[in-house]
Amino acid sequence: MLNDVTFGQYYPAKSFVHNMDPRMKLLLVIAYIVAIFIANNFFGLLLVTFVLLFFILLARVPFGRVLRSIKMILFLIVFTAVLNLLFYTGGENDIVLAKWWIITISWQSIINTVFLAMRLLLLVLGTALLTLTTTPVALTDGIESLLKPLKYIKVPVHELALVMSIALRFIPTLMEETNRIVAAQKARGANFETGGIFRRAKAMIPVLIPLLVSAFRRAEDLGDAMDARCYSGAKGRTKYKKLTFTWRDLLGFLFFAALITGIVFLNIYLLGRFDIIWQVQEWFGA
Amino acid sequence: MRIAAKGLTYVYNPKSSFATQALKGVDLTIEEGEFFGIIGHTGSGKSTFVQHLNALIRLTGGELKVGEYDLADKKCKVLELRSKVGMVFQYPEYQLFAETVKKDVAFGLKNFRKGISAEETEAAVREALSVAGLLYDEVAERSPFELSGGQRRRVAIAGVIVTKPEVLILDEPAAGLDPLGKKELMELLHAIHGQWCKTIVIVSHDMDEIAENCTRAAVFSEGKVAFCGTPKELFSRGEELAAMGLDVPVTARCAQILRENGIELDTDFTCGDFIGKVLALYRGDGAPAPCAGGEQEPAAARAEREEGAPALREGGEDAQ
Amino acid sequence: MQPSAAPAAEDAAPACEEAVRFENVKYTYDDEEGSFAVNGVSLCIRAGEFVAVLGRNGSGKSTLAKLINALLRPTEGKVTVFGMDTSDTKKAFAIRKCAGMVFQNPDNQTVASVVEDDVAFGPENIGVPREEIGRRIAAALNAVGMSEFRYATPSRLSGGQKQRIAIAGVLAILPKIMILDESAAMLDPKGRREVMEIVKKLNREQGMTVLLITHFMEEALQAQRAVVMHRGEVVMDGTPEQIFARADELETYNLTLPRAAYICKRLQQAGMPVENAFNAEELARKICASLQKG
Repeated sequence: MLNDVTFGQYYPAKSFVHNMDPRMKLLLVIAYIVAIFIANNFFGLLLVTFVLLFFILLARVPFGRVLRSIKMILFLIVFTAVLNLLFYTGGENDIVLAKWWIITISWQSIINTVFLAMRLLLLVLGTALLTLTTTPVALTDGIESLLKPLKYIKVPVHELALVMSIALRFIPTLMEETNRIVAAQKARGANFETGGIFRRAKAMIPVLIPLLVSAFRRAEDLGDAMDARCYSGAKGRTKYKKLTFTWRDLLGFLFFAALITGIVFLNIYLLGRFDIIWQVQEWFGA
Repeated sequence: MRIAAKGLTYVYNPKSSFATQALKGVDLTIEEGEFFGIIGHTGSGKSTFVQHLNALIRLTGGELKVGEYDLADKKCKVLELRSKVGMVFQYPEYQLFAETVKKDVAFGLKNFRKGISAEETEAAVREALSVAGLLYDEVAERSPFELSGGQRRRVAIAGVIVTKPEVLILDEPAAGLDPLGKKELMELLHAIHGQWCKTIVIVSHDMDEIAENCTRAAVFSEGKVAFCGTPKELFSRGEELAAMGLDVPVTARCAQILRENGIELDTDFTCGDFIGKVLALYRGDGAPAPCAGGEQEPAAARAEREEGAPALREGGEDAQ
Repeated sequence: MQPSAAPAAEDAAPACEEAVRFENVKYTYDDEEGSFAVNGVSLCIRAGEFVAVLGRNGSGKSTLAKLINALLRPTEGKVTVFGMDTSDTKKAFAIRKCAGMVFQNPDNQTVASVVEDDVAFGPENIGVPREEIGRRIAAALNAVGMSEFRYATPSRLSGGQKQRIAIAGVLAILPKIMILDESAAMLDPKGRREVMEIVKKLNREQGMTVLLITHFMEEALQAQRAVVMHRGEVVMDGTPEQIFARADELETYNLTLPRAAYICKRLQQAGMPVENAFNAEELARKICASLQKG
């Protein structure tokens, strides 16, 4: 009962990262993802890791909070990694360690798996840092602002953003309502805890229908309330919150520009000069 | 079923930064057969408390016995308990879901008594609807969503009392109803109390409602029971209630002002009794001389009044 | 509240003593059935008045409210708001700017996740410049005593606080009329008092025209004028005291007296010469006076 936990995982604090413009943060996260995927060697990823750690420190978010975000998709990471480990085949140079039926474990597959897992982890941690330091509302504003050019090809950017922010706004309300209806049906003997998937899904009907009915009622009320407050679409509308780039955003931008350059440089510099597989082959004399 | 809570504590979201202690040691006994009122602000812990009574919130601290059910016992038969302690939430009409009134009312019955026959179900639904003041033949086959707000609420109540619970708990049962709707609903609860459920517990903000209907009431404040007693005892303590930001019924407020003017009314604060007592005074039925104290009022009391109720002072002087 | 000291000068509405006028208005939700939610209402509300509209659930009082700010348009007859005809779709915007409305459910009228963003919604819609919106938010929140909650999340506030935010959201548009459609019905007594205090203050200090739709008889006592609706028609119109003095008539419309007035009436019926009283303090005074005479 009583889900008094804010939706999303925003971690309220005052920091350099918190104060950055959401648009810049979104752009930087995209740059960060690009960096992860263009890095084709461990040194590149190491560089990305350093940047991430630096930003976590800068954001003053406890390290544990950031790590917690992995929990939800840990399964996915492990699953992908295991598949990769068992089914990866690099080529003729593979140093095979074990082989059974279609499953092959080689040094290449191990290294490749580690590389992949690291990429995924960095990806999750980086985007988690974005949501930890940016409120859902600011994110919506940022997305709206970034997508503004799409208006010219008749994409209703303003409406989409409004729908998104209203959805965010109603999540706590609907969660509270769900709790209440669940409690009311439990009081009438409903059982949501036991039984197979099918039974449980069926047990949710007495919750889902009232929830749906109430959501429609709320939507109708909200429509009236918005009309009453002179809402008539994006035309002639001003915006109270203006997003402004500051020196922080410039710094962040420069930092990431350096990161990408660094990775590209590493990619080129190490190309043909150093590879961890060669190192392994050397150690094992294969 | 007697309800006995001792040292009940409860914390929401324990071990998180959002942890809030909703109950801080609640001691409260509700006897079988009572029409019990629970009063308190939003956040005083009253909702948390009542949800313990049918194990919607599992006991985590203290003792709680509801009839023979010991809520501290892990093996306590929760489903059975819930069939005996009915709970009507605030705006219960929003929990209706089935395509017909009949099916909705039968929902609880079928959950609690697996494999109950169709005839038995229909008989029980028919009876519950009629107790709730609805005609079975008129509403049973209709969709609950077609009914008026007041009728929907009655359907929802029927859906709870259909299992004949011994205790019926209602959270703000009259919320959102107009005055006549409120009056009818309270009459309905008295009818249920007489012939159907032995004990009724209502959570209410409306002090007039408490004064008129309850045998006893408890005031919740900051997770504890601040006071428990008959409405008469409770509303004689107007100042303490005011300090907690709670109102008193019109009758109690009126009696208090009369007392300040030297007129003692020994009333239990129900409208009927209040009117009777005032009339008795008026007709001089052996009561102390009306307003005699008005003239010989002690200076201290007058000074107090001058601060608190200037308008009244004028009235008093006019009277002299 | 500062900005409304000079009430919405940009409004092109003609200066008029009459805030709202209903001329034989009928409204039906369902064209075919022919049952009218509002059935031939003629009513005039003067600027600066505080009017309570009473009636049972389903008496048409909410429909009446929605007809004022052009959320609904009359099926027959005419509604004008400061001279603007609500049937004229081009005027809807100007009318809504002029007549703000607060609804019943505090959870269903907030659009944003931060209080100040929600208050900004109205001004944004009518194209108020950014700096001015900031000032209006500050003034509106100040007027409802919620300044310290400017950056709070509405879903964490109490019902009463949410409704005060909703009132602030309406105030930020600088309306001349404030319609409250059972806005206190879902609140606890404390929240209800808070909302009523604010509404009274707005009416008294800023001359805001207030239309209070309610079925709480005690709330109606705060108004200068009460209108009783029954089956879509206005059946009583007068000061709250006049209305409550006609107890028998009220009863035929399924309305009850405020409790103090009810006790008073019962005493009178029993032959005790008590003057009419409508609240506890008055009742005590009148009983006291009557006892002394007797």
